[in-house]
Amino acid sequence: MKKIKNFDELNAAIAKCSKCMDAKFTGSDGKRHIVLCGGTGCLSSHSAEIKAEFEKIISEKNLGDKVTVNQVGCFGFCSQGPFVKIYPEDTLYRMVKLEDVADIVEHDIEKGEIVDRLLYVDPSTEAKITKQDEITFYKKQVRIALHGCGSINPENIDEALGAGAFKGLENALKMDRADVIKNILDSGLRGRGGGGFPTGRKWQFAYAQPDGEKYVVCNGDEGDPGAFMDRSILEGNPLAVIEGMMIAGYAIGAQNGYFYVRAEYPIAVNRLKIAIKQAESLGLIGDNILGTGFSFRVHIRLGAGAFVCGEETALLNSIEGQRGMPRPRPPFPAVKGLWQCPTIVNNVETLACVPYIMREGVAAFAKHGTEKSKGTKVFALGGKINNVGLVEVPMGTTLRELIYDIGGGIPHGKKFKAIQTGGPSGGCLTEADLDAEIDFDNLVAKGSMMGSGGAIVMDEDNCMVDVAKFYMEFIYDESCGKCSPCRIGTKRMLELLNKIVNGKATMEDLDALEKLAANVRSNSLCALGQTAPNPILSTLAHFRDEYVAHIVDKRCPAHVCKNLMVYSIDPEKCRKCSLCSKKCPVDAIHGVVGKEPYVIDTKKCIKCGMCMASCKFGAVEKK
Amino acid sequence: MAHLQEAAVKQINEICERYKDEKTPLMMILSDIQKEYGYIPLEVQELVSEKTGISVAEIYGVVTFYSFFSLMPKGKYVIGCCLGTACYVKGAQQVIDKFSEILQIKPGETSADGMFTLDALRCIGACGIAPAVTINGKVYPKMTVDAVPGVIEEYRAMGGGL
Repeated sequence: MKKIKNFDELNAAIAKCSKCMDAKFTGSDGKRHIVLCGGTGCLSSHSAEIKAEFEKIISEKNLGDKVTVNQVGCFGFCSQGPFVKIYPEDTLYRMVKLEDVADIVEHDIEKGEIVDRLLYVDPSTEAKITKQDEITFYKKQVRIALHGCGSINPENIDEALGAGAFKGLENALKMDRADVIKNILDSGLRGRGGGGFPTGRKWQFAYAQPDGEKYVVCNGDEGDPGAFMDRSILEGNPLAVIEGMMIAGYAIGAQNGYFYVRAEYPIAVNRLKIAIKQAESLGLIGDNILGTGFSFRVHIRLGAGAFVCGEETALLNSIEGQRGMPRPRPPFPAVKGLWQCPTIVNNVETLACVPYIMREGVAAFAKHGTEKSKGTKVFALGGKINNVGLVEVPMGTTLRELIYDIGGGIPHGKKFKAIQTGGPSGGCLTEADLDAEIDFDNLVAKGSMMGSGGAIVMDEDNCMVDVAKFYMEFIYDESCGKCSPCRIGTKRMLELLNKIVNGKATMEDLDALEKLAANVRSNSLCALGQTAPNPILSTLAHFRDEYVAHIVDKRCPAHVCKNLMVYSIDPEKCRKCSLCSKKCPVDAIHGVVGKEPYVIDTKKCIKCGMCMASCKFGAVEKK
Repeated sequence: MAHLQEAAVKQINEICERYKDEKTPLMMILSDIQKEYGYIPLEVQELVSEKTGISVAEIYGVVTFYSFFSLMPKGKYVIGCCLGTACYVKGAQQVIDKFSEILQIKPGETSADGMFTLDALRCIGACGIAPAVTINGKVYPKMTVDAVPGVIEEYRAMGGGL
């Protein structure tokens, strides 16, 4: 395609590409289109090999002029991947394997018959479902930040244009800069990275700074364990984020934008690079964009594995080639940010919402959500839940809907115990909170936070003290070491938690832990330190009895904490086969084959669980 | 600079040159060197210091701050076990323990034969396929303790090491 030099040419390109996309979805081009999920989850389940197999068989059968094979971004329903979708019928096949490809081509592509065995089965009705939109996982979702993810090829700018890319930028460029900011303010958009600060206000601060070098930085350092929404957006529709960054740049008067992306996300980085290159070649990034005189350049910087770099001032230090330690504030980045110039730092998902607002209008965005939290939020549902994956729901959806309607409930008939939101800075919500509407303020009021959108479900088999210890290990490990409350405090908190899970703590230790947590919270330099005690405080608030059981009864109610567990063999169930005794690595099990039931010497036992795993009769118990 | 081979010196110069138009390119230079050689020893830091004018102390500070940069060489196969929350609640700790047990190395260490390095990773965002393990970038979804010996054998069979 040749360069797009003005609004008319942009609109012509969008119209042309939309027509191609429509033809694909409606079948008016007389072709069949096979699309595969190209997200990290599906790629690791061989979706690239499956795509190659499709291409091979299609060319062997000379179907090349009637069938296309294409890769799109993440479908979101990761636990059912890899996905193959066929247009125009919109048939969705799930958990497709290499050996299924021939079947799909032979039956679906050639004969028009649906391959029944690869359809999604609704677990409650056991009905087979052909179309994506009819699956309950997708029914309650609204796609704003995930616009284009799972439907366009992220490595082909034509498909992004077909989904309306750069239309938002066009509308922004036709407005006064202050009006763009007013639109973002009116939309009620708040920072999706965790803080929930009004995006428009951030922009206003930077806009108000005197003219000169300014920067837009996109925070793609998605470090919260269990969160992958930013990765999926960058993998699924990188141009939406670039466009959002450009709109922000125009609004505040910046000419350069920096993406800071985790090095752990190679596919996202690669697609971002491709998108930038393609947009540059069309003249949509560079000098005098669309003939308006607005110039903008996009750069990529990679993280190097430091959680603290998700904190905006630490991130700026990292771009500047320094240790990623937070800076004291004020001055805020909007005043003195990257290289001491006014800078706004926005999260990936936040920037992905911006083109939608500018393209579809403030009202289209603000009609979703609650009074103070507008629009939608993407959650990464994980842990003990049936439908693991990425979901985008309107703010105000209840946790119950999220976990049971969309998430499909807890696997293996286990009991729901808690949902952890906000990662290591967040907290746990329990059964009693399930009907709470999800928005920024509600979750804080309930003792957790929205965070970036990780939502990990725990069931009755998870020990909450162990979960708190897991997060504290993480934070202790990732503390940058700059301020002593966080550096020393997290270590001492971890030591106390270790004492508790090993059954060596006293109730005084619990008091000390609470006191210490309060101190770290109030005295740390940055938000990461200030929120570091949250996993402890929130599990203590809801599950104090579990802590007490570890301390007083020396017992782990969920049977997780190894040092508090005792293995024993039920003599009634033991068939005296000696298998457990043979498997025991420390020779702690004795009995007589066929005559006397086997017994575990608890003094010798190292609690490895080998006996339990090897017993065919379920005679080994742990308490 | 006595330990560095001429070819390495040339390549590191090239890497520094690559980013000479970028503002504050230290992280980019170090990332490329880490990727190319698997570690960033002191001699290399001295060379980068010479090329960029950034003091060795500052470079050393950056290298030791970020977990992706390493002062020691890594094994031929780098096993990364994700210990993100989603993986952890699905048993990732047991998986990494099994690797540890078989390879006789702790997370962060490299086996004596130079074959394997075992790393504990923070969330790699592959929560849908938890617990996830990556070996030289290849992702192994839904890992189990029982599958660990087989995976190690697969790589041992490919050979290599010191």
